[in-house]
Order: sequence, then C-alpha cells, then structure tokens
Amino acid sequence: MSGDEKDKPIIKFRPKLMEMISKFQELELEDVEIDVGELEIQLQPGVVAPQIPAPPIQKAVAPAKAKPTEIMQAEFTPLVMEYPGQIAEVKLGATKSEGGTRGNTIMIGGSKTPAFYSFEGPLPHKPMVALDVFDMEVRLPKAIRMHVKEVMGDTAAWAKLAVEKYGADLITVNLLSTDPLIKDASPAEATKTVEEVLQAVDVPLIIGGCGDPKKDPLVFEKVAEVAEGERVVFSSLTLDMSDAGLLNGVAKALNDHGHIALAFTALDLNRAKELNRKLYEFLPKDRILMDLTTAALGYGLEYSFTIHERARMAALMGDSELQHPVLSGSTNAWAAREAWMKMGPEWEPRLLRGPIWETITALNLLLAGVDLFMMMHPAAVRTMREVIEKLMGAGKAKPEKIADWVNVRM
Amino acid sequence: MTEREIKRGIKEISPIDVYMLLPRTNCKECGEANCMAFATKLVNLEVSIEQCPPLLEEEHEEEYNNLREMLAPAVKAVTIGTGDSSVKIGGKFVMYRHEFTYHNPLPIAIDVTDETPLEGSSPSEEGLIERVRKVGDFTYNYIGRDIYLDMIAVRSTSNDPKTFKSAVENVAEATKLPLILCTFDSNVMEAGLAAVKDRRPLIYAATEANWMDMAELALMYHCPLTIFAPNNLTLLRSLARTVIEYGVEDLVLDPGTFTGEGLSDTVNNFTMIRRNACKGGDELLSFPLIGTPITAWAGDKAPEDVVAWREAYTASMLVSRYADLLIMHKLDGWVQLPNVIWRFNIYTDPRKPVSVETGLRTFGKPDENSPVLLTVNYALTYFTVESDIKNCGADCYLIVADTEGISVESAVAGRYLTAETIADAVKESGIEQKVNHKCLIIPGMAARLSGETEEELKDEWRIIVGPRDSSGIAKLLKEKWPPKEEE
Repeated sequence: MSGDEKDKPIIKFRPKLMEMISKFQELELEDVEIDVGELEIQLQPGVVAPQIPAPPIQKAVAPAKAKPTEIMQAEFTPLVMEYPGQIAEVKLGATKSEGGTRGNTIMIGGSKTPAFYSFEGPLPHKPMVALDVFDMEVRLPKAIRMHVKEVMGDTAAWAKLAVEKYGADLITVNLLSTDPLIKDASPAEATKTVEEVLQAVDVPLIIGGCGDPKKDPLVFEKVAEVAEGERVVFSSLTLDMSDAGLLNGVAKALNDHGHIALAFTALDLNRAKELNRKLYEFLPKDRILMDLTTAALGYGLEYSFTIHERARMAALMGDSELQHPVLSGSTNAWAAREAWMKMGPEWEPRLLRGPIWETITALNLLLAGVDLFMMMHPAAVRTMREVIEKLMGAGKAKPEKIADWVNVRM
Repeated sequence: MTEREIKRGIKEISPIDVYMLLPRTNCKECGEANCMAFATKLVNLEVSIEQCPPLLEEEHEEEYNNLREMLAPAVKAVTIGTGDSSVKIGGKFVMYRHEFTYHNPLPIAIDVTDETPLEGSSPSEEGLIERVRKVGDFTYNYIGRDIYLDMIAVRSTSNDPKTFKSAVENVAEATKLPLILCTFDSNVMEAGLAAVKDRRPLIYAATEANWMDMAELALMYHCPLTIFAPNNLTLLRSLARTVIEYGVEDLVLDPGTFTGEGLSDTVNNFTMIRRNACKGGDELLSFPLIGTPITAWAGDKAPEDVVAWREAYTASMLVSRYADLLIMHKLDGWVQLPNVIWRFNIYTDPRKPVSVETGLRTFGKPDENSPVLLTVNYALTYFTVESDIKNCGADCYLIVADTEGISVESAVAGRYLTAETIADAVKESGIEQKVNHKCLIIPGMAARLSGETEEELKDEWRIIVGPRDSSGIAKLLKEKWPPKEEE
C-alpha cells in the first residue's frame, strides 16, 4: 500500500469522525457525570470510543491504541417500560360464603408487565394448572394411561385422583360423551356427572364441552343452572355458536348463574376480539378468559407462542378487548407423534419423551403469558408447578454454584 | 445505556429511506425491475446490498456504508469456525418474533472433556471419538427437512495444557463441526488454540480474573471471545467494554444459566440484555448470548434422568428467551429432539401463513388406479403428510381440503372438516376425471365422518379410514390398496 492510499480513507472519513466527536461534545454539556479523564482519552484524534462502531475501512488504519490494564466500569441499567394496559383479574370457583361449595377460590390474571419480567414488576397471581378428566373411557397415550387407567370410566374418582395424587389446582371435566357423533349423552346425564365431580372434589372446575356448536350450548345451559354460583369456567364459547345463533343464550345463562366463559378462537386475534365484543353484551370483563389455541410442539407451537406474545403485548399497550387472562390446552402436546410414537432405540424412552413434550409445550406458553393450563401427565404438571414457583421469585441465583462448571466431571 | 442515538429498528426503516441511498439509476443489474423494488426487498432482508453492483463501486462508498449501518441487526452476528465448517450466531433484528423474524437459528453444542479416553474401555463406556461421532450423526427428519446438532464444546477438566491440546487435536481430527474451547485457565486455553489455529473456535471464557490473557489470545488467534459474568450484568457490561477497548470485536455474552434456584434470574438476565440491545441501542450488550443448560449437571446429586429432564426444559426456555447458542451435555434423543424441533420452529418466518393451498397434489407418477388420500390445509399437517408420502415412495393423489388452516383433530371437533367439506373438496379437486375408482382414504382422526361422507357423496364413493397418524400411510397402502371388491 502506498503512502497516498493509506492516507485516503482518513481524509474520506474525516467528516464522519468530526460528527462523532461533536456528539461527544454535546454529551459533555448534557451529562455532568462523565469522567473528565475518560472523556479526554475518547477525544484523542483517531481513537475510537468503545460505544461507536468503527466503519471497516477506518479500523484498518486506526493507530494502535493503549490497551486497558484494568476493568473499565460500565454500569448496567435495565431498560424498563411503562405499560398503559392491565390484564383483568378473574376469580375462579366460589366458597360457601361466596355462594358456592368450593374449598378455595383461585385468582388469575392482573398482569401489568409481560410474563416473568421481574425487573419490571412481579406477577400479581401465579399461573395455575388444571388437570383433564373425561366422562368416559378415552384413547390415551401409554405414558398417560398408566397413571389413570384405574379410574377411567369413573369421572368422580378420576377427579379425586387428579387433585389428591397429582396436585391439580382445578379439574377440567371433559363431557366427551355428549358428542352427537360419540354417545350423544343428554344434558341431564352431563349434569349428573358434573354434580358427582362437585361432590368428589372441592377445587374450582372447568367444564369442557364436546366442541359441537349446537350441542354444547344445550349442555352448558343446563350445567350452568345446576352449578349455580360455583364460578365454573365453561370451555368453550365460540364464534361457531354465534353463527348457529346460540351464543347469546349460553352467554346469558353463564352470567345469570354466576359463571365464567372461556372464549375460544383459532390463532386469530381479530376473531378473538370479535368474540369478546359479542360476549361483552352479556358478561362483565372479569368473567371472560381467552383460549387462543395451543398447537403441539412440532405441530405449530410457534404459531401459538407468537400469537400469545402478540396478544399480551397488545393488551398491555392498551387493547382492552384482549385484556383477559389466557388459557392453554397444553394436553394438546400429545397430538404430536413425537410424544407417543415408537421411533427407534435412539429416541427412547418414550415414557420420558412424551411428558417432556407436554412440559416444553406448556413452559414456552408460560413464558408467552398464559395464566391457566390444562394438562395431563403427572411429571409435566409437577415440573410446571416447580418452574412457576421458581419464576415467581427472583434474586436467588448463587454465582458460585456455576462459576466453575467448565471443570466439573459430569 | 449507550450515549449513542438509538438505532432505528428494522421495521421502522421504510423502502424510501433505503431508496434514497441507492444509485437510483434503475439499471436492473440486481435483477429487480427498478431501484424501488430492490429497496423494498432490502428492508424485508430478502436481498443483500451486495447484490447491487453499482453500489459497490468507489463513488458510492459512503452510501454503501450508511446502508450497511442502517440495515445492521440490533444484535451483532458473530461467526464461529471457518468456511464450510462455520456457524453464524446472533444477528437478531428484533426482540419479539412477531416484530419481524428471527435470524440465524441457534446452534446446539454438545460437550466432551479432555479426560474422556479416546476409545471407551468397555462397551458401556463412551469414548471421545464415539461421542463426537454421535453428535455428528444426530439427525431427525422433520416435515421433510433433516435437522442436526451443530457444534462440539471441548471442556478441560484436567486443567493440564498438554492433555487439553491433545483432546482438542483429536476432536478436530474427528469432526468438521465448529468448536468451542472451554477453560478458565489461559495457559490451558492457549494450548488448545494452538491445536486448531485455523479453525476459529469460540473461546469460553473471559472472566473477571482472566480477561486480559483471554483477550490477548482472542486477538492472537482471531477468535470470538465469550465473556462470563454469572448473574452480574454490570460486570458483564464492564468486561465487554474492557475487551472491546482491548481490541476484541466479536464477543459472545454469558450472564450465567441457573437451572435450579436462580432460574428466574436467568430468564430475567437474558431478557434484560436483549431488551437493552434491541430497544435501547446498548452497544456493549448488542452481542449474541450463550446459554449453558449443561450447568444442570454441575454439582447436582439428583438421579441422571431428573438432571437431564431439567437440562432439556431449561434449554427450551432459553431457545424462546433469547439465547443465540446453547451448550448441552445429555445427548439422548428424548432430551435433544424437543429442542432441535423448537429451535427449528421459532426461527421460521411468522409472516408465513398457517395454511397451504387447497386442491389436488400428485406424488410420484400416479395413474388411474392410484390411491386417493385426503388431508387438510394446516401447514404442519400438510407437510407431515407430504413427507410421509414421499418417504414411502407411493404414487398417489392427495386432496387438500380447506379447514381454514386447522389440524384434522381440531377441524373435526370444531366442524371445519365435515362430510360436506370433504365432499366439496372431492368434487372441486377434479379427481373423478383422473382415476377410474371411487375410493377415498381419509385421516384416521376423521374416522367418525366416514358414514356421513359416503352419504354426502351419494354412496358413489367408498371411504377407507386411514391411520390416525400419517406415519401409517405406508402400511395402509401395503395392506389395503388396491381395495378389495365390495362384499
């Protein structure tokens, strides 16, 4: 390289350098805390301040600078944001004094920050876990079946097992037998099952329909009446019910008998808002939860994850139609073939692969802001509760525990 | 926070901003119709500025540099390894996936130690070479794509330079995968680096105690350098500032991964760093983050499966919460599979629709006797079915029904897939002109629709219920195709 060429880039970039330096001069006036000695070093011509990215050509010709000999302090200050919106608080279940028969009630929602941003503020209420039980024998993957096969077919016993042995915060009674294409059980039969479960356990309940937009309203209205005052969650109310002209009736029944609606939409926030607007005609804001759809890991969890992050951020930024606690049907994780399929020795044991699938599906939606989970596998449920407990706290990291991890013989 | 003006996010840059810096000659050398079209593609990162030949000429140098600056990611991209054996980490433009899309899927490195014997002395003992080979061989075909593990992290547990050097040499010989060298002793590190001079491994790690020697090594061997300051972000920032001043440009940051007590701090530290980088323009924190779920194994006396379980789920949480690289220990399929899939998923473009086009697809060379299958237009369902059909090499037709992008099971439950929609899909597909039979294979998850569907199709078609999972298609076709005469 000739001397002329060497000089060229410096001349060329001088205006930019001057611009950078002028910025620092401004800062000198604005920021009285800047250390004078440090500023002088930074203003030496040709020395690039650490905060300024050097364009590649300039770097090549920068004169060698003095290397630091001790650590240069740089304080960390987290960037904390203000959110104008807040998620509604919703109380699930009702005790005797509140007009129900539950042993306890559960409050969810109330978030003023994204989930587990402890540096911005604590979550007001712990996310909760409901366990699924069914009102008839169902096909279940082996990893789950082995834990519930004793009680399958006896809904009340199943619910009791889920609460007493597996620590369910709530029970979801799935009234699968009411499906016209399965057993077409009557609303009266469904009501009987629900009454049995209300007797057997004293945690708050979620009632799951069969998904038929014409049948579910009939069942829900009947169950709502019998479970008067229990603040039961009905899963779920949909736009299909609205298309069938049945949404208003069931929403009104839930309100009249003091229950809670779970508004289900399929990965579409505009439809979620539309459904909520329809429900506002009948139900107060603190009686509505949203299910934005949980797809299994490997089968669209990323769509669910992103829509939950978007919904929560929009709600916190002030979109009142999305300011509801959200529920995830994380049991859906078992729809992934990798959760239950035989896949060859290198992917075994299946009895761990399945529950880790459910755990990871649920955990990532927990990070995206979900307040209430429907789950099934005992190990996945236990892990969720442990992780939630850990995430609710802060400041417990002990650096010495991992400071030397590189040397550990594992 | 940095004193510099906060750089605009990629979504705040308009094509006009970019256009003003282009030559604006509409020369079409880039292959686009005009400069504005090229500018639009640039802000979507569908093309790179280097694809504009005139911009690379000397007279446009300033515009070129300004564009580079304008389109630079909020988190710097750092390359580990060289040439074909390299991996790019970081390079993130946004904090949240829905704001744009995440770039550079995070590599997963598996550890080996320098005290592992080259060959296991018994069949149950895993030798160094065997473990490295297993990492390289790990593969899973997911919706038609092979996914892999990416790197090897060589740890020194001996703390002996010679032992480390020899292990690094052996690993380097056994694999082309990019490497991470792990020791806090700079003498040991130097011995390791000397063994892989031309491989550009990631140095793990500079700490409060050894930073100067490690920074010197990073400069000497032209390697990226990790800074490790467990649960101390002021120290992390201070070390970053110091080593940058020292002359090191490519950094990777490790605020520590705590898998037990301290998980909350871990999640918060990663989040705060990424927030400051993406929303605050904090240049000292605008570097890729390394997560080390492997620390689950440090000093834990719990049973092996319990520790592996914790390592697995912690890894998945860091995939979502901003890690750009992971070091893990347990190589078992059940630990790695959910994480490589989740990594694959989260790095897909969220702007891509959830549904695929409806209508008729053909596989292989189907004729008038070939089977006709039906699935739905949920992208993940479709790609899974597609890859299973391709894998079994069947010649067949596949009708994709419109369920508004909902999977079979949910679509049946929610009445998006009904006898009527199946009948419509069959009629609209034009399949009746292509085959001389009337047998339709529907998904097993839609079994209960079979009777109604036959009615809906006026009993002209026979419905065969397929497997509940499309992995069973091969078996079904073998056993049930061609269909037997009706009894």
